[in-house]
Amino acid sequence: MLKIENIKKTFNPGTINEVHALRGVSLEIEEGSFVCILGTNGSGKSTALNAAAGNFVVDEGKIILDDIDITNWSEHRRAKYIGRVFQNPFSGTAPNMSIQENLALAMKRGKKRGLGWGLPGSLIEQFKQIVSPLNMGLEDRLENPIGKLSGGQRQALTLLMSTVIKPKLLLLDEHTAALDPKTASKVLDLTQQVITRDNLTTLMVTHSMQQAVKLGDRILMMHQGRVVFDFKGEERKRLKINDLLSMFDELRRKDNFDPTLASFLVDNYV
Amino acid sequence: MSLLIGSFTIGLILSLLALGIFISFRIFDFPDITAEGSFTFGAATAASLIIVGVNPLLASLIAFFAGMVAGSVTGFIHTRFKINPLLAGILVMTALYSVNLHVMGKSNIPLLNETTVFTWVENFAVRISGADAKSTLLGWEVRTKDLWLLSFCMTAIIGFCVLLWWFFKTNIGTAMRATGDNDQMIRALGVNTKAMIIIGVAISNGFIALSGAMLAQYQGFADVQMGIGMMVWGLASVIIGEAIINDSSVGFVIMGAVVGSVLFRLLVAIALRWGLNPNDLKIITAFFVFIALILPGILKRRRKMTLKRDDNA
Ligand SMILES: Nc1ncnc2c1ncn2[C@@H]1O[C@H](COP(=O)(O)OP(=O)(O)O)[C@@H](O)[C@H]1O
Ligand SMILES: [Mg+2]
Repeated sequence: MLKIENIKKTFNPGTINEVHALRGVSLEIEEGSFVCILGTNGSGKSTALNAAAGNFVVDEGKIILDDIDITNWSEHRRAKYIGRVFQNPFSGTAPNMSIQENLALAMKRGKKRGLGWGLPGSLIEQFKQIVSPLNMGLEDRLENPIGKLSGGQRQALTLLMSTVIKPKLLLLDEHTAALDPKTASKVLDLTQQVITRDNLTTLMVTHSMQQAVKLGDRILMMHQGRVVFDFKGEERKRLKINDLLSMFDELRRKDNFDPTLASFLVDNYV
Repeated sequence: MSLLIGSFTIGLILSLLALGIFISFRIFDFPDITAEGSFTFGAATAASLIIVGVNPLLASLIAFFAGMVAGSVTGFIHTRFKINPLLAGILVMTALYSVNLHVMGKSNIPLLNETTVFTWVENFAVRISGADAKSTLLGWEVRTKDLWLLSFCMTAIIGFCVLLWWFFKTNIGTAMRATGDNDQMIRALGVNTKAMIIIGVAISNGFIALSGAMLAQYQGFADVQMGIGMMVWGLASVIIGEAIINDSSVGFVIMGAVVGSVLFRLLVAIALRWGLNPNDLKIITAFFVFIALILPGILKRRRKMTLKRDDNA
């Protein structure tokens, strides 16, 4: 389904702000699988998702989606196949446009947008059915600007918008991190429902090990621009939070170990 | 009174400019100073075509497209080379100054003896109601001819407003509004935001050029300087419109720009009549826009402070 081959990305190359955000990430994800990505801050999780979505062109490597090489495709072209929910609840909706206009925009993801009427009356009924399961009363407020809604409501809508046209790949980047715990768990339940219902191939970055253990069928752990652990199948099923915690600790311990000192030791004593 | 009718008519003609500024400034948040060049560009194009005998309607249409070309150049250099919008506009505006001189061949083209869109309307008026016919409007005696011109402009502007409103409600127009509102979101929904900006700025400058073309025909000359200050003029119209019509839906904002333009023109006419020095017009307009731009922020802070005081009490 999604095949990522040794992608690399360096930000601000050749300057003092140079960051090797991806140092060679390879991944193969089967259709219908739900992958959780964990990792320390700055380990390149968001960058990996952005690379898949096409926010930038990778320096090296290949990205293949459903046998199509999309490595050099622009972001808007890839959007035909990819649904996204961002960490910031304000990123996924147009605040000054109404709920129904936002939904109408989402119904056209990856399709030609011509001079047809943007908000045909026939869609409104459909929108009501889409938003009423949220139990937020939004079906009666479709004409209100989306910017008046809470972060949780906007994030729930963004999730619906990114999946209303079934994407080949759904990218979720810590999409509940900015929400209060109660709202976060609601949005997470919704996420699980939608993914199960449509059997969506999903990459979800999360900061929460509970989430990672509870959801999905595969766990990746990233560190310093690489995938350092990859658990799937039986191994994934046996995985407990404590196992993940000890892996994090190990990574941290390695981090604290000064690499220049290490090479000095290796050069002189090994 | 006939002065007021003239101002009303010019206000309507300049509302096309206001609509253009509304598109760039309000829809895309793109302070596009290309306007100053494309306004003259429209006037220059139409005037030079009219004096060689081109049908004035066709000349105005070509002026519209000329403005679109200028706008798309600005949009292109902004999106393609990541040049800041203001600078991109300044570059194109400056370049247009030379273009306009070349198009006109001199700095001023008189049109008084040419057939313009407005001479057509006048001739029509004369045929219907006679050359020196007078009518009464709100108890004042005015030339019927002037009323015809006013009605013509009003009909045309209403037509343009409906067209623009319809456009911004279509799929592509909705995507354009979303581009200005949240470009990250609409890119993730598959829209080429760069193309949206280029097309949007092109349409904006098309309207601005058409405004210039119409004004040249109405006042009877095109001048290479006539675009100066037009951006701020358009901004003032948009801001007045927003203050009067307090509704952010597309239809109302479009209406607001027209109402604002007419009102602003009338205010200026009255002020000039009362003895305002025409040389001071631009500084007053600039000051007015400055106040209008900072006022919402000040009001918000005031409101917050009162809220805080209420909380403390
Ligand atoms: N657009 C960018 N420009 C410069 N540096 C960036 C950019 N995006 C991410 N980085 C850097 O790349 C590294 C990885 O970032 P990111 O992928 O956001 O980490 P995380 O795993 O926390 O999501 C960080 O050091 C970050 O500062
Ligand atoms: Mg991140």
